[in-house]
Amino acid sequence: MTAPSSIAAQASNVVPITDAAKAVRDTRPLRLITCGSVDDGKSTLIGRLLWDTKAVKEDQAAALSRDSGKQNDLGLPDFALLLDGLQAEREQGITIDVAYRYFATDRRSFIVADTPGHEQYTRNMATGASTADLAVLLVDARSGLLEQTRRHATIASLMGIKQFVLAVNKFDLVAYDKAVFERIAHDFKELALSLGVRQVTAIPMSALKGENVVYEGRATMPWYDGPTLVETLELATTRTAAAGGFRLPVQRVSRPGESFRGYQGTVAGGSIKPGDSVAILPSGMVANVKQIVTFDLVRNAAVAGDAITLVLDRQVDVSRGDMIVSLDAQPMTGLAFDAQLVALQPGGIEPGKRYWLKAGTRRQRVQVSPLSQLELASGKWKSHSDTLPMNAIGKVRLSFDETAIFDAYEQNRNTGAFILIDPDTLNTVAGGMISAKRSDLGGIHRDGQRVLLSLPADLADELMASEAFAARRDEADVRRVSAARAAELLGEID
Amino acid sequence: MHSHSSEFDPHRNDPAVKPPLDPHLKALENEAIHIFREVAAEFENPVMLYSIGKDSSVLLHLARKAFFPGRVPFPLLHIDTGWKFPEMIAFRDEMAEKFDLDLVVYTNPRGDSEKISPFTHGSAYHTDVMKTEALRQALDAGKYDAAFGGARRDEEASRAKERIYSFRTPDHKWDPRNQRPELWNLYNGMIRRGESVRAFPLSNWTEVDIWRYIQAENIPLPPLYYAKTRKFVERDGMLMWAEDPRFEPLPGEQVQEGMLRFRTLGCWPLTGGIRSTAATLDEVIAELEIATVSERQGRAIDRDQAGSMEKKKREGYF
Repeated sequence: MTAPSSIAAQASNVVPITDAAKAVRDTRPLRLITCGSVDDGKSTLIGRLLWDTKAVKEDQAAALSRDSGKQNDLGLPDFALLLDGLQAEREQGITIDVAYRYFATDRRSFIVADTPGHEQYTRNMATGASTADLAVLLVDARSGLLEQTRRHATIASLMGIKQFVLAVNKFDLVAYDKAVFERIAHDFKELALSLGVRQVTAIPMSALKGENVVYEGRATMPWYDGPTLVETLELATTRTAAAGGFRLPVQRVSRPGESFRGYQGTVAGGSIKPGDSVAILPSGMVANVKQIVTFDLVRNAAVAGDAITLVLDRQVDVSRGDMIVSLDAQPMTGLAFDAQLVALQPGGIEPGKRYWLKAGTRRQRVQVSPLSQLELASGKWKSHSDTLPMNAIGKVRLSFDETAIFDAYEQNRNTGAFILIDPDTLNTVAGGMISAKRSDLGGIHRDGQRVLLSLPADLADELMASEAFAARRDEADVRRVSAARAAELLGEID
Repeated sequence: MHSHSSEFDPHRNDPAVKPPLDPHLKALENEAIHIFREVAAEFENPVMLYSIGKDSSVLLHLARKAFFPGRVPFPLLHIDTGWKFPEMIAFRDEMAEKFDLDLVVYTNPRGDSEKISPFTHGSAYHTDVMKTEALRQALDAGKYDAAFGGARRDEEASRAKERIYSFRTPDHKWDPRNQRPELWNLYNGMIRRGESVRAFPLSNWTEVDIWRYIQAENIPLPPLYYAKTRKFVERDGMLMWAEDPRFEPLPGEQVQEGMLRFRTLGCWPLTGGIRSTAATLDEVIAELEIATVSERQGRAIDRDQAGSMEKKKREGYF
């Protein structure tokens, strides 16, 4: 936890999501994850969202009341029954697995990854958070932040979620006391800042009564002039990997006839237009883009997220698992990387075992060496080199037989993420995020001199765009940091 | 010879004529195309389940987009129970012809030999034999290791927990408690011989998305979706189509005539129509947006009990 004095200084940096997004409204579906336990009223909140946005139809509601005969004190159906889809869940009254919910307002549609709050929450949360743009963290107004809130927030931020909403629920049970809200909201903003999350909105609400969820709660909370939950979600931003270099992990090669050869895939970062120079990794061969083909038309540009077919201007050897990238902003390539991962299966992640790693469209063998494990209660990393047990979050070193291609997850979630597959069970056993290329200054350049430069980012980009640089990109280590951090690092050398 | 050649007209679909998709539908389309390409690349012998309905029509359209300018690189499989609306069969054959598709039609031979009918055997048995068992037989016969389906997670409670790559044992069993975790868009396509995967490119679509996409992309649909004067009876609260020669009115039942359309398509004795005057796509969508009843309401299959879909899915139903 950050010291109180620096919080005061940082608190002004907290940007409410609604302000940050006011400029341009994003109409792509927002993916969010809800975190909280049954006791916090999570089922009621999601049920309320679906109910008040009319995502629940009459016959589904009828089935609910028929199955349960139960109603809550407002005459609404028991929302938990609507949500627990599997027979075992209904029988045992628990939520087993990540479920996906859909609702929409006039302005936007939403995909909610609804994860169980208790059993194996790390694994399920990591799954739900992997695709989420925003996390809704739920607390009971009577108890405020719990250790569990910190755990959920930590996992969400590790998985790259940059927008938090704190739902201070059951606010009717604290007599709509403004002071209670302000205290919890303040604690939460401190927590978020300590995790590096700056877009935070706290909302007092009663999911049961429908106050500040979809409809406002002015009648009971005249002092609250912030957005409702749905208003906040409508204005949140979706993740784009539009900044940074062009990335196209090749899914398949399309050869419908002798004269057409196209490389099909989903743009995983940056943008591309005909005439742009690209490199094919790992071979390093260079070509220019001739055409961007889609079913609807030949396009003059494609951006991150687009599923396209790329035609190059010359015959080059490209196959599934290769990555087509912009020549002047290439990803890292190498045989050793540092990463963080979440162990998802009972066997854990064993040191030295050869797993399959899938990243983008590339599948290759990897050995994993655990370095440390995150203690969720304290947020501290503890040295750990044995098997990482199920639900553990670990820092690891990845060693490959063949060249691997990654961006740091911080820079690009698409090209920085991977899963591990157990070669014995073929099950998915870990989800991971690349932190950096392992800088081993071994090999042929071990005895040479190296120069550390700290440059303005635009100048560095220009330098790296040069042919001389691109040709020896493999030999360079590049990190993007803030100016302050750079000064600090160089200071260490002096 | 296929009609596709390596050459194509870059102006075949002038953007001035067809406005670009809104970002929401575009994102869903991109995701579906990604899934199609991933499965086609990772599996040896995929097949696409084609049930002729609106979701299948969208699925087929997306498959054509995913592999353009090539043709759809896997067959379409239709499980014909023998009780489909004739308009569905005509539409199926028309699509196969028009889009140069490999169409495989499979009917469980027990249907003929045992004269299975939803009327005499009941809907549960009919569905079990003619759909679920037939599907297992057809998938085994084709040695398919991946099968695309048009299921959506918003359709039914047990589907909400289904993965995009849904793993099946060699006897096609689904174990909802033991599914592979699915993170990011990194799908695990590694299976052993005999095992298979059901892949659902439309997982994240809702019914409204499907209709809006059909509208935006001008996707052809079987005429059953549009209201016209049809003969029907009201039976057990369901409006049953009454024009098939095998239809027999129950004592006291009056065959009525009126404007009717269908929200989902299946076996006609199990698919209830709705009274509607919506005869065009725009009218259907306008009607849908004020609908207060879910689309599966017309389906007898779901009404037995809560959990009936989960049970069928565990046994191999899509």
